[in-house]
Amino acid sequence: MRNWITELRTSFLAVLALAVILCGLYPLTAWVLAHGLFPGKADGSLVTRDGTVLGSSLIGQEFSSPQYFHPRPSAAGRGYDAERSGGTNLGPLSKNLVDEVERRVAAYRAENGLPPNALVPADAVTSSGSGLDPHISPENAHLQAGRVARARGVPEAKILELVEAYTAGRTLGILGQPRVNVLRLNLALDGVRDVGR
Amino acid sequence: MAMMDLYGWIQLALFVGLLFLVTKPVGLYLVRVLEPDGKTWLDRPVRPVERLLYRVLGVDPKGEQDWKQYTQSLISFSLAGLLFTYAVLRLQHILPLNPQKLGPVRPDLAFNTAASFTTNTNWQNYAGETTLSYFSQMVGLVFHNFVSAAAGIAAAAALVRGIARHSAKTIGNFWVDLVRVNLYLLLPFSLVFSLFLTSQGIVQNFKPYVRTTPVESTTAAAPDKAGNSQIIAQGPASSQVAIKMLGTNGGGFFNANAAHPYENPTPLSNFIQMLSIFLIPSGLTYYLGRKVRNQKHGWAVWSAMAILFLAAALVCWRAESAGNPRLQALGVDPGGGNMEGKEVRFGVSGSSLFATVTTAASCGAVNSMHDSFTPLGGLVPLVNIQLGEVVFGGVGSGLYGMLIFVILAVFLTGLMVGRTPEYLGKKIESYDVKVSVLAVLILIFSILGFSAWATVSRWGLAGLNNSGPHGLSEILYAFSSGTGNNGSAFAGLNGNTPSYNITLALAMLFGRFIMMVPVLALAGNLARKKLIPPSEASFPASGPTFIIILIGTVLIVGALTFLPALTLGPVVEHLLMTGSGVLY
Amino acid sequence: MPASTRKLLDPDIIGRAALDAVRKLNPVHLLKNPVIFVTEVGALLTTVGLLMRSKSEPAGFVLQISVWLWFTVLFANFAEAMAEGRGKAQASELRKTRTCLTANLLRSDGSVESVSAERLRKGDLVIVSAREVIPADGEIVEGAATVDESAITGESAPVIREAGGDRSAVTGGTRVLSDRIKVRVTSDPGQSFLDRMISLVEGARRQKTPNEIALTILLSALTIIFLVVIISLKPFGRYSGVDLTMTVLVALLVCLIPTTIGGLLNAIGIAGIDRMVQKNVLAMSGRAVEAAGDVDVLLLDKTGTITLGDRQATDFFPAPGVTIEEMASAAQLASLADETPEGRSIVVLAKKHGLRGRSISDMPGAAFIAFSAQTRMSGVDLGGHRIRKGAPDAIRAFIGNDYSVEVHDAVSQIAFKGGTPLLVADEKRVLGTIELKDIVKGGLKDRFERFRAMGIKTVMITGDNPLTAAAIARESGVDDFIAEAKPEDKLMLIRKEQAAGHLVAMTGDGTNDAPALAQADVGMAMNTGTQAAREAGNMVDLDSNPTKLIEVVEIGKQLLITRGALTTFSIANDVAKYFAIVPAMLVGVFPVIAPLNIMGLRSPASAILSAVIFNALIIIALIPLALRGVRFRPLGAAALLRRNLLIYGLGGLVAPFPGIKLVDIILNALHLV
Repeated sequence: MRNWITELRTSFLAVLALAVILCGLYPLTAWVLAHGLFPGKADGSLVTRDGTVLGSSLIGQEFSSPQYFHPRPSAAGRGYDAERSGGTNLGPLSKNLVDEVERRVAAYRAENGLPPNALVPADAVTSSGSGLDPHISPENAHLQAGRVARARGVPEAKILELVEAYTAGRTLGILGQPRVNVLRLNLALDGVRDVGR
Repeated sequence: MAMMDLYGWIQLALFVGLLFLVTKPVGLYLVRVLEPDGKTWLDRPVRPVERLLYRVLGVDPKGEQDWKQYTQSLISFSLAGLLFTYAVLRLQHILPLNPQKLGPVRPDLAFNTAASFTTNTNWQNYAGETTLSYFSQMVGLVFHNFVSAAAGIAAAAALVRGIARHSAKTIGNFWVDLVRVNLYLLLPFSLVFSLFLTSQGIVQNFKPYVRTTPVESTTAAAPDKAGNSQIIAQGPASSQVAIKMLGTNGGGFFNANAAHPYENPTPLSNFIQMLSIFLIPSGLTYYLGRKVRNQKHGWAVWSAMAILFLAAALVCWRAESAGNPRLQALGVDPGGGNMEGKEVRFGVSGSSLFATVTTAASCGAVNSMHDSFTPLGGLVPLVNIQLGEVVFGGVGSGLYGMLIFVILAVFLTGLMVGRTPEYLGKKIESYDVKVSVLAVLILIFSILGFSAWATVSRWGLAGLNNSGPHGLSEILYAFSSGTGNNGSAFAGLNGNTPSYNITLALAMLFGRFIMMVPVLALAGNLARKKLIPPSEASFPASGPTFIIILIGTVLIVGALTFLPALTLGPVVEHLLMTGSGVLY
Repeated sequence: MPASTRKLLDPDIIGRAALDAVRKLNPVHLLKNPVIFVTEVGALLTTVGLLMRSKSEPAGFVLQISVWLWFTVLFANFAEAMAEGRGKAQASELRKTRTCLTANLLRSDGSVESVSAERLRKGDLVIVSAREVIPADGEIVEGAATVDESAITGESAPVIREAGGDRSAVTGGTRVLSDRIKVRVTSDPGQSFLDRMISLVEGARRQKTPNEIALTILLSALTIIFLVVIISLKPFGRYSGVDLTMTVLVALLVCLIPTTIGGLLNAIGIAGIDRMVQKNVLAMSGRAVEAAGDVDVLLLDKTGTITLGDRQATDFFPAPGVTIEEMASAAQLASLADETPEGRSIVVLAKKHGLRGRSISDMPGAAFIAFSAQTRMSGVDLGGHRIRKGAPDAIRAFIGNDYSVEVHDAVSQIAFKGGTPLLVADEKRVLGTIELKDIVKGGLKDRFERFRAMGIKTVMITGDNPLTAAAIARESGVDDFIAEAKPEDKLMLIRKEQAAGHLVAMTGDGTNDAPALAQADVGMAMNTGTQAAREAGNMVDLDSNPTKLIEVVEIGKQLLITRGALTTFSIANDVAKYFAIVPAMLVGVFPVIAPLNIMGLRSPASAILSAVIFNALIIIALIPLALRGVRFRPLGAAALLRRNLLIYGLGGLVAPFPGIKLVDIILNALHLV
């Protein structure tokens, strides 16, 4: 028993001593260095226009009007709630999921003027894991380009050019997927170029 | 996004190739860290801190412990840490760094979370953004990210010492292992890693959550959105994510874990995070080979792990690439694979590989929602965990878990060389068998026992997000993940109820500590034994035959046990998905 | 040994074993074997369930499952009984020799009293005359006799036993053929060698060996694991809407727990001891047999084990100016009175040089001088000539001065080759040099080579000088040797090897070997040896053939390999059984699961029943292998492991698939399901 008492004493001392180093010194050092080296990124890669914070280039946000590209469906809160990240967690045989996707497929075809049998890109009708996915697939962007062009009254080729410019390839040519950052593309539509690079 | 495209294959090859390349250097570094007077290039700045810590703790760094003392120190330290974190969570409203003014954490959730982090599980029944203050994350949780990882490495080192030594009473000093692993390994590696992660976009600040004005709410085009705002959670995420990966902890800073763009912003951060999960577990196999003076054995263990890993990765990737036929029937492009719960930047290959890595190891970070995986894609993480996370596994726990299987494999087949079973010159006798099977038994008892209870109780079924076979998978996954100290989830299950909080906390504590005691007892017993000099007649603990035996033992003893339950869960679900029209 | 003529699968033994199998159903007996005990409980449950079964389950199905579960237990019992059978038969033969012996007890006053052998106590003196049976174990204190020991050794040629020295021990139950001896009794009734032998071959006091205990722990743990699996399956089933009946759950349980190795484990151990007995080696415990497999150092006495026991004359080297016939004749004459084997071999060799056989009785005028250890010479005084033969320095003393350079050369050359030189002299003239050599037994070199491949080191122990020892070591192919060794050195050497982690086996017969025999991991005493030696060792070779140590090691290894092979086989079997039973259990509720029935078994009932029947029959099918043992091959560990893993691991994985399918076809053909 005595043994346990001395052992626990050592243990609590160890907890406190190590906490000072690992939970105090370490994150603070990381904070200082991060701000020194990558200040914008450490603070959230925020995108501002005229002093207004519009969002973060890493965090998806809701777009629903036709002149903007639409992001993926989101299960974060009531959609793109950046305080409540998360997915639907619905299983593959979930009736909720299947019904919801069916509805989204129909809506996607309708708003983008696609024929009833057109294949819809998977990312356009499924929720992301975080609910904050900032990207859509290039296929998805291409299918939306016509609608955006019509809503804005500009030639579709112009829009497609922008999509092309804002399509990021695979990292090192291998990693990840080609993707389009919705916020950056939409800001580019509004004439704000190359934010959050 | 073609099915199992070339890029995915290259990514997989690159991953395993790089892992192979880092194994030896990390292993050699571990050899130095895990010797009380090992020399490292950090000696000049760190040695004084190390000495100071020993003075504060009143520990003699030269004094070694027998297995009972070692276990006592480990358990007592973990208990102290558990109480510490529980206190921090309960008191977060009066502690600093709480810009969102979050209230105290509920007692059952605080207990669950404290147990979760003490056991290196990092199961999250809480949602980071809405439940925990910066202080709670940074002090209450990050503390365990470091020390539970260090404790796991310490236990593995103790077992390796037990194997390497002979006619010895002691297996090292827990306090020395704890201090050295933190100061020389986890802390410097995390610091560098954290900076890399920030360079990719992971936040590292103490600001309140940022209120933004979304683009659409500023334009006349969407009058209904005027005045809307998006509040973006912030915090010291980068420093926490670094150790969450390196220490195979997995507890996310944000609720969506590594799927959250602030926790895993780019394909590169994704790739390096996966590599960092396996970094230390892989290095430990080299450490094993080096310490037992049989490097071929170390590589044989590595190879068995690598083969199991590749098999799992391919099954998962294939299933996810094939996607969900029910959705494809509605007009969803089958070329995209199963994107529900996945991020575009990682795609199917980057998500399925991450899922395999994080569950092969006891990490539990997720960059996609396992609950929404296809049945077979979700089966892989589940089986990985049920094997005991011995495929590289958690830092330390992966190696000692695999060594338990090595002991069992040697015992089961060793007789076939015409001698009583012998592992690296040590006779495997009834005591060794007893403690080894005890470790396996605990795992199975806890997973199947708790799951069975949950499936027939009201509290168990109340938490389900899905019904039918998928519901069974959710329950199985929860208790497998808890017992296996993984921490990932079929996250639809609402585990944040008093019953789940407590049963899961118990599963995590059993899976960690009741498992560790037999492991350390085994270490003590092996250390005590005489060494039989190697000869032509010795059981060959390397080479293809050994690797096959080890893999076979892991699969037959580890996995077959769960086959009936898995059949009722993911297997039936898969067959229903492809062979019927049933929905739940 | 009478029983050694019995075949492994003797019909008598089978009959008796079948009865014993039923007797062994007693749960108290089965408690020692947790796997089979659980099977029996399962059988009981399904039998009781027969009365309380749910309507959905046909009685015929439940009945057949119950019956086959009982058969599983019976087959396991039968395996054990079969292994015991040969020993039991042998024990009853041995018992016959023990019954109704009378002894001539010598009283302190010198009178002799006839008493029952059972009344003899340690220290009593008895007189045994020709044609009488020795009433108890003892030591001859007076006299010498030829003894027929076939009752225990099976060897019909009589052996000589005499007072003093290392051949003084006699065994109760053996018969004196000639002469009359006085014996001091060395064992109390019930503890005699014969008693021990009976209980050993019978396996009555058989204790589990350390490895068996460890394996039993593992098998019990697996049983517990599968119990948890099965018990948890009930609620999982309920959640999924599948009502799993007791019959099906028990059937799955019994198929998954390692019944094959659980049922055969005891049989394998008993058969190992029995195989030793067939080689006329009595292992005092299963532990000793197991240790024999682990041995990696063999200490071999040169004399009797490596060489034929005695040196033999192999060549004559005449001195310059002497013909070989002249020398051979002198050598023969000088050796006629030398009754040692060396002396006799010189006489024999001389005959090859054209000399007729001569004997002492042919030459009444000659004065023969017998060999003595003091003079180290023998010879004859014949017609004024003193002809002598002996060791070089003894001959030099005899002739009074040094001999020629040529003789010197011959002497040192023989010594260098490992032989022993003897000189023949006629008065002051040295006629030549005789070469005596140890004759190495045939085939040893190959054997030692095989041992090396198996990782076993052979060490020769000899009292010879290092030069001679090295030469014999070279010729016989042992790995190492200890020259000029004293009996104490053996003990030292064993301790040294053991401290380095080796397991050591040795043979011995003398009283001064006893400490080393006791210290060695495997100490095989010769039956001709002293009582002390026989008690110190953990094995006794009834044939007293030290070379047999080599076979003992092989039997030990064979036992371990058999146990390992069947364990691996048993566990690998599980895979197929899962594929038979799990789909069958669930297909009713989830018809989509049908593709998992990869064996294409006809119906769920047939699938489950087939797995259970296969599980029972495999025990019977493997009994011959368990009793005979997996054939041992002298390969390195890696090659052995690869080979056995391929046969028993892969075989265990694959074999049940066609096996279960075959049972399924037969069941359906017979309309049993």
